[in-house]
Amino acid sequence: MTRRVSTSPLAPRRSPVLTVLMALFLVYTLVPLVWLILSATKTQADLFSSPGLWVGDQFAFFSNIRETLTYRDGIFLRWLANTLLYVVVGAGGATLLATAAGYGLAKYRFPGRRVVFAVILGAVAVPGTALAVPTFLMFSNMGLTNTVWAIIIPSLISPFGLYLMWVYAADAVPDELLEAARIDGAGEVRIFFTVVLRLLAPGIVTVLLFAVVSTWNNYFLPLIMLSEPKLYPLTVGLTQWSAQATGANAQPVYNLVVTGSLLTIAPLVIAFILLQRFWQSGLSAGSVKQ
Amino acid sequence: MAVKGGGTVSQGVTQLERRGETRGGARSPVPGRRWSRSDTKGWIFVGPFLAVFALTFLAPIGYAAYLSLFRAQAFFGTTEFVGLDNYVDVFTDDKFWDGSLRVVLFLVVQVPIMLGLALVAALVIDSARLYASSFFRLVIFLPYAVPGVVAVLMWGFMYGTNFGLAADLNDLFGTSIAPLSKNWMLASIANIVTWEFVGYNMLIFYSALRTVPDDIYEAAALDGAGALRTVLSIKIPALRGAILIATIFSIIGTFQLFNEPNILRTLEPNVITTYYTPNLYAYNLSFGGQQYNYSATVAIVMGLLTAVIAYAVQLRGTREAMK
Amino acid sequence: MLIISGRRARRRIALVAAALTAASVLAGCGSGDGGGSGSEGSAADLDAALEKGGTITYWTWTPSAEAQVAAFEKQYPKVKVKLVNAGTGNDHYTKLQNAIKAGSGGPDVAQVEYKALPQFALPGDLIDLSQYGFDEFESDYTPSTWASVHAGDGLYGLPQDSGPMALFYNQQVFDEHKLGVPKTWEEYVTAARTIKKENPSQCITNDSGDPGFTTSMIWQAGGTPFQADGEKVTIDLQDDGTKKWTGVWDQLVEDQLVCTIPGWTEEWYKALGDGTIASIALGAWAPGVFEQSVPDGAGKWRVAPMPTYDGQPATAENGGSTQSVLEQSKNPALAAAFVRWLNHDEGIKPFLESGGFPATVADLQDPAFVDKKVDYFGGQQVNQVLTDAATQVVEGWQYLPYQLYADTIYGDTVGKSYQTHSALEGGLTAWQEALVKYGDQQGFSVN
Repeated sequence: MTRRVSTSPLAPRRSPVLTVLMALFLVYTLVPLVWLILSATKTQADLFSSPGLWVGDQFAFFSNIRETLTYRDGIFLRWLANTLLYVVVGAGGATLLATAAGYGLAKYRFPGRRVVFAVILGAVAVPGTALAVPTFLMFSNMGLTNTVWAIIIPSLISPFGLYLMWVYAADAVPDELLEAARIDGAGEVRIFFTVVLRLLAPGIVTVLLFAVVSTWNNYFLPLIMLSEPKLYPLTVGLTQWSAQATGANAQPVYNLVVTGSLLTIAPLVIAFILLQRFWQSGLSAGSVKQ
Repeated sequence: MAVKGGGTVSQGVTQLERRGETRGGARSPVPGRRWSRSDTKGWIFVGPFLAVFALTFLAPIGYAAYLSLFRAQAFFGTTEFVGLDNYVDVFTDDKFWDGSLRVVLFLVVQVPIMLGLALVAALVIDSARLYASSFFRLVIFLPYAVPGVVAVLMWGFMYGTNFGLAADLNDLFGTSIAPLSKNWMLASIANIVTWEFVGYNMLIFYSALRTVPDDIYEAAALDGAGALRTVLSIKIPALRGAILIATIFSIIGTFQLFNEPNILRTLEPNVITTYYTPNLYAYNLSFGGQQYNYSATVAIVMGLLTAVIAYAVQLRGTREAMK
Repeated sequence: MLIISGRRARRRIALVAAALTAASVLAGCGSGDGGGSGSEGSAADLDAALEKGGTITYWTWTPSAEAQVAAFEKQYPKVKVKLVNAGTGNDHYTKLQNAIKAGSGGPDVAQVEYKALPQFALPGDLIDLSQYGFDEFESDYTPSTWASVHAGDGLYGLPQDSGPMALFYNQQVFDEHKLGVPKTWEEYVTAARTIKKENPSQCITNDSGDPGFTTSMIWQAGGTPFQADGEKVTIDLQDDGTKKWTGVWDQLVEDQLVCTIPGWTEEWYKALGDGTIASIALGAWAPGVFEQSVPDGAGKWRVAPMPTYDGQPATAENGGSTQSVLEQSKNPALAAAFVRWLNHDEGIKPFLESGGFPATVADLQDPAFVDKKVDYFGGQQVNQVLTDAATQVVEGWQYLPYQLYADTIYGDTVGKSYQTHSALEGGLTAWQEALVKYGDQQGFSVN
């Protein structure tokens, strides 16, 4: 068993050529984000009159932020809080469910186990947007539409997360350990919470990361399920601001849409950067092999 | 047997491949009795997931399947049982096939480009030949954190030929490319999707590469294998499982293409038709035309097609792994 | 196998029952002033509902709603109005349609654009307000808006704003090219050619194909492509009016004299401000949009009557909304009372203050409104032009009972003609075919 210390074996020389090529790729990645940041410093008038990748006449960044946070009685902050709620409960729950189910599928052989994956893959292939109406009508009959549950319950399912945990748990949890715990008289649920979760931690971080991003970015479902703006997540709220520019009652607020977009991305990006060490260590732990 | 710790996406992904190789073989070192004893207890863990899954996926699909057997007239409140007529209609519906062909084209062009870029990026970052490689890794992954809605908004602004970045580039090169025009629209959408997901796939590949044990590289180096050879004979094979799963999820994602064209439609309603992608078609049938039954039929047919193709790719992938 | 779905059937029965109740109330107080619509008894219901109080939900995206609701609640402290902005345009209708289909979750009062009214009214999703005696308000509104709130025999709302079209033009650009304001469409096309020739980056107007604009232009030309009478629908997008319009507009589209910047996008707002777009035909609500969102155009833009085909004044409505009471409402009397207050009584004042263009005759004739000088338009008394236009709307127009669907698929059909710069007739024919097919599928009998 070898632990990889360097990024790659035999530590080759660094290549300026490769670095420059990758830098080009980086530019592609960053241009839209730079555009967004620059645009967030402009007034609506400047947005209309200055070049996209340059600054405007006025530096309106802080007034844009203030306006974004206070527009319509500070509804943006409400959307932010909603998004956080959906992410914490939805992504947290999704991770827990996927972890438990992945572990169950990997470590217990019960009838129907094989069917499960086929069913899940098959069901995932049916476009969710096309199922919006059936889902809406069902939820409506259950009295769930226009409540936070209409958003949270569907976010609890992460098929990709289940799949990852399944293959991950198969190896990360030694059968011997489970058997030993059973001999000690521990119940299955207790074993899961006291022994297994710890073993699965790096996998859980990854699944959580993906679940957080997908809940944070959830757009279509809330758009259909919610009619009360006070329940909107950021994505739907921002699109509504964007759509305001249309028709007889048009009130374009492009500067707020842009600034709001930046504020929507910022927490996730900051979380990525702060947690980098964490998922990085999760990744390098991956090199521990038999 | 595996030890504690272990990888992330990567390991799962390499496991898929190994599962393919050892297909049919007992995975437990102590087969038989112990398994059967724990039989039903597995449901304790799988049950909650399946319950929610049944509620949010299976029930609506079942309901949609039921709806697909009827035809309703939204304005007069009548409903008629029509058997499989809706399915016959879908298969002879030009609009449906127009959209389907478009996503197939998208699939054949965009998915390889995106996965290829992601693969190259992952290999380069893994090669340790880069300066500041962790910075690259982070930045390339960043667009994934940008909500699709916001991404389309941003690119939509930049695609503008009068004031956007496209205008500046056209001035610079003397071209007159209009990204949102009929000829360029699909490429423009492909660009947005690539931008959004390249980092995500890169991360999947990268973490799969991290699971390759150093001993193998050392052995290869002793054999005198160069960098390219190492890539071709060690790294790429190690990535096969990751590529497979990334491909399958990309296929599903492509067939469900919706957010990007739907938001760009507000900018160019005459270029992006109501049936630009099958998913957009199903959506517009429901919400534009209140043709819920037909829409449900389109959804079911799309689901079946996607599942078949994803399954075929998986089968092929596993068969290759067994070679 | 033909069955009537349960929910719809129940709704039908409820409607019939409601009608019967109204009739019996009528019969009961037959000693009223006679000849009326039985308004006394029902109008009294509204006052009683206001007196009693309660809570209603109101879905709208009009900017004036907040001020209006505040004023209403101040006047009737016992009534609480829950104001919800469920989205703009199609997002709003999607949610409304969902709630209707689900049978609950909708508002009591909803904003509905005139073009969408038949779509919601005909299936019985809205309440016929004539039972509350609103018929007697007819003379208070312009004829075109009053017609717009009717579908079949029913009255499904009171008009809030109106949008008689006028030509908004950039005086500065017209002066640069030494052009006068076109009075006829022929002159308009000539002006378009001059502008294009002298400065290819400018254009007379923008039109990348927009269903609202197309229908309004056909309306102005005297076309009546859509006629609905109950289940019978007639679609004729080759009628004389339509041909008159395409005769002019084809020249602009085929010779690429119009900019293809889609409306209501960021680029469009920019292009209105920097002189790229020299003129645009919009509803009378447009000054508010210009003042708020095209700051660079201040002082440059002016308003003129619509160019016509024969030089005689004629115009059409473009946009505009009403407020309707949903059949789902648990307190229809209170909801109707709110609508009455909103669009007939005190609610109009906050609407005007927010820059709206009214549908009420009294306000359209109020000198303070008509003669107001507007700085943005270089001190021009724009409302003189616009209120004149309100009296010149061509009669006889109807929207389809499924206009929202028609608008949705417009891009698939007519939009293609715009894309290929070819004669609009091809696209209009395709549009017609798709609409006929859809109508037949939905159980209308379409010609």
